Amino acid sequence: MLRFALNRMFWFVPTLLAMAAVTFFIMQATPGSPFDVSDKQRPEDIARLEALYGLDKPIHEQFVRYVWNAVRLDFGISYFARPQTVNDIIGRTFPISLHLGAMATLFAIGVGMTLGVLAAVNQNGIVDYFSVTLAVLFYSMPSFVMGFLLILLFVVWLPDIGVDLGFRVGGWERPQDWILPTIALGAAPLATLARYTRSSMIEVIRSDFVRTARAKGLTEQGVVSKHVLKNALIPVVTLIGPIFAAVGTGSFFVEQVFNIPGMGKFFVTSMQVKDQTMILAVVLLYGVFLAAMNLAVDLIYGVIDPRIRY
Amino acid sequence: MAQSHPQSRPFDRMDLALRDTDTTLPAPPWELEDLIEEADAPGQRRSATTGLGGELTARKQRSLWSDAWRRLKKNKLAVIGLFIVATFSLIAIFAPLIAPYGQAEVVDYRLARYAPSWTWPMGLDANGRDMFSRMVYGAQVSLVVGVLAQAIVLVIGVPLGAIAGYFGGATDNTLMRLVDVFYAIPQLLMVLLFVNWWGPGLLNIFLAIGLVGWVTEARLVRGQFLSLREQEYVHAAQVAGGSGSYIIRKHMLPNSLTPIIVALTFGIPTAIFTEAALSFVGVGIRPPQASWGQMVAEGSNPGYIETSPHMLLFPVLAIGLTMLGFSFLGDGLRDALDPKGSRD
Repeated sequence: MLRFALNRMFWFVPTLLAMAAVTFFIMQATPGSPFDVSDKQRPEDIARLEALYGLDKPIHEQFVRYVWNAVRLDFGISYFARPQTVNDIIGRTFPISLHLGAMATLFAIGVGMTLGVLAAVNQNGIVDYFSVTLAVLFYSMPSFVMGFLLILLFVVWLPDIGVDLGFRVGGWERPQDWILPTIALGAAPLATLARYTRSSMIEVIRSDFVRTARAKGLTEQGVVSKHVLKNALIPVVTLIGPIFAAVGTGSFFVEQVFNIPGMGKFFVTSMQVKDQTMILAVVLLYGVFLAAMNLAVDLIYGVIDPRIRY
Repeated sequence: MAQSHPQSRPFDRMDLALRDTDTTLPAPPWELEDLIEEADAPGQRRSATTGLGGELTARKQRSLWSDAWRRLKKNKLAVIGLFIVATFSLIAIFAPLIAPYGQAEVVDYRLARYAPSWTWPMGLDANGRDMFSRMVYGAQVSLVVGVLAQAIVLVIGVPLGAIAGYFGGATDNTLMRLVDVFYAIPQLLMVLLFVNWWGPGLLNIFLAIGLVGWVTEARLVRGQFLSLREQEYVHAAQVAGGSGSYIIRKHMLPNSLTPIIVALTFGIPTAIFTEAALSFVGVGIRPPQASWGQMVAEGSNPGYIETSPHMLLFPVLAIGLTMLGFSFLGDGLRDALDPKGSRD
């Protein structure tokens, strides 16, 4: 297990280096200077600013310096929002994205798994039809489509007919502001989880050891909680990795849709103004986060399923 | 006693075998309806099935495709999906015939954001252009991006995955390490960076989506080939002296078609969604060319959203419906082409 974890962590290094290199060279190739923001600037001024940030040096030198600084977690000063450092900006925006992502993930796992389990236990009952329909409608729905449908319904139409639940677009201070973005971001993973949980449960319910458990006279609750759940939920755990990825990428658009001052919204702005230091830092942070989450999921999998050996 | 040593008494063994048949035999590959149809039209369906007396009843041979088509037709959601996808494709192909106005044509500037009416069923946008016409042309952009991006994915992903999976060893290791690194980078982020580099426009968008998306396809094909490589018929072909490329083309690729087709059906909507997302954040299709994502961006302007919800509603619904259609069809195809792996 330890060897497996160390091996995986060793692979972080070339992966992250490659990510940094690809992003770095794409940003280098992207035309336009981050300091070239208006016609009124004199070329000497732009050149001076570029020299200040070391952009006049050869590319390989810049890259080495960049990687070396990144290792020390120093991502420099944002080109666009100067004089703020990248670390300041990320420190301010990342917690908001993390908060949103965590809520959406918990929402998806909690509701999705519950629906899946209930559906499988009442196969072909009302709960089953409800959750299958919900899953079918949600799981292919992009988060920004979902977000806008929620906005139209809860912010535009319902208040029009007198049902104002206090939802709005463009805030993050009140707990009410968290609800719609969480649903928009969590809906698709929720549906995926519900589907997987349901089919995994049904497969286990039909297996021999469950028949044996029934035959021995266990109550239905005993069978489900002691035998079915434990075995059915193990494969579902593998989904949590891809769900983190989906929530992470989705948050870029959900933050844009709901005008939430998180990292995703900031990233889109940085890209439009070619804020190189900012983009590199966000891509790296995202890569590290995803890789760490995937590793964590693999390790958890090994713990809950003793049949898995690394 | 007797049951633990079935060999000792022939009668017990038969008894056991019968009971085994009742309980552990996997579900039969045919369905009840098939048998009823078989009874109605004997001899036309089914391959050799063993009758009760042990005699074989032959049936007309059917291809994988006609079998799959029959199963697909029985799946209600898949038929709905097929209908949505077909409608969407027809609208996209015949866009210039369907749209009453040009995509950049201003109907009446003074009537900007006019609500849906009999004359303009989806209303007018902020520049006084006909929303319906723009939606129709937007479908064209979506279809072009979806199909061409997937074409690139296939052209790069399938050969690379096939080579890695068939030859294994150092080739496999090198290719897959590369794929792993690419795979670790969030795809949407990568597409964003590429399009930001190359500038907006239809060509750049599907090139970027294709060049980033082949990784998933290569992984899929490789996995499929790894398992096919150990099949008897592949060994037989190798022993018979078939070359690598011959075996890949004639034996392994046809047997990998199901996952490739299913991945394709899911890849097209992903590409469509990616284009919409890029256009939505403003790096995709450049106005005045119409694109659903860009129309969503325009409609979601805080100044318009309350007073002219039609500008947001129609493009949002179009994207959602297209995604739904493709995913229904994809699920249906997966079940139809591979009945063994179908869900519950």
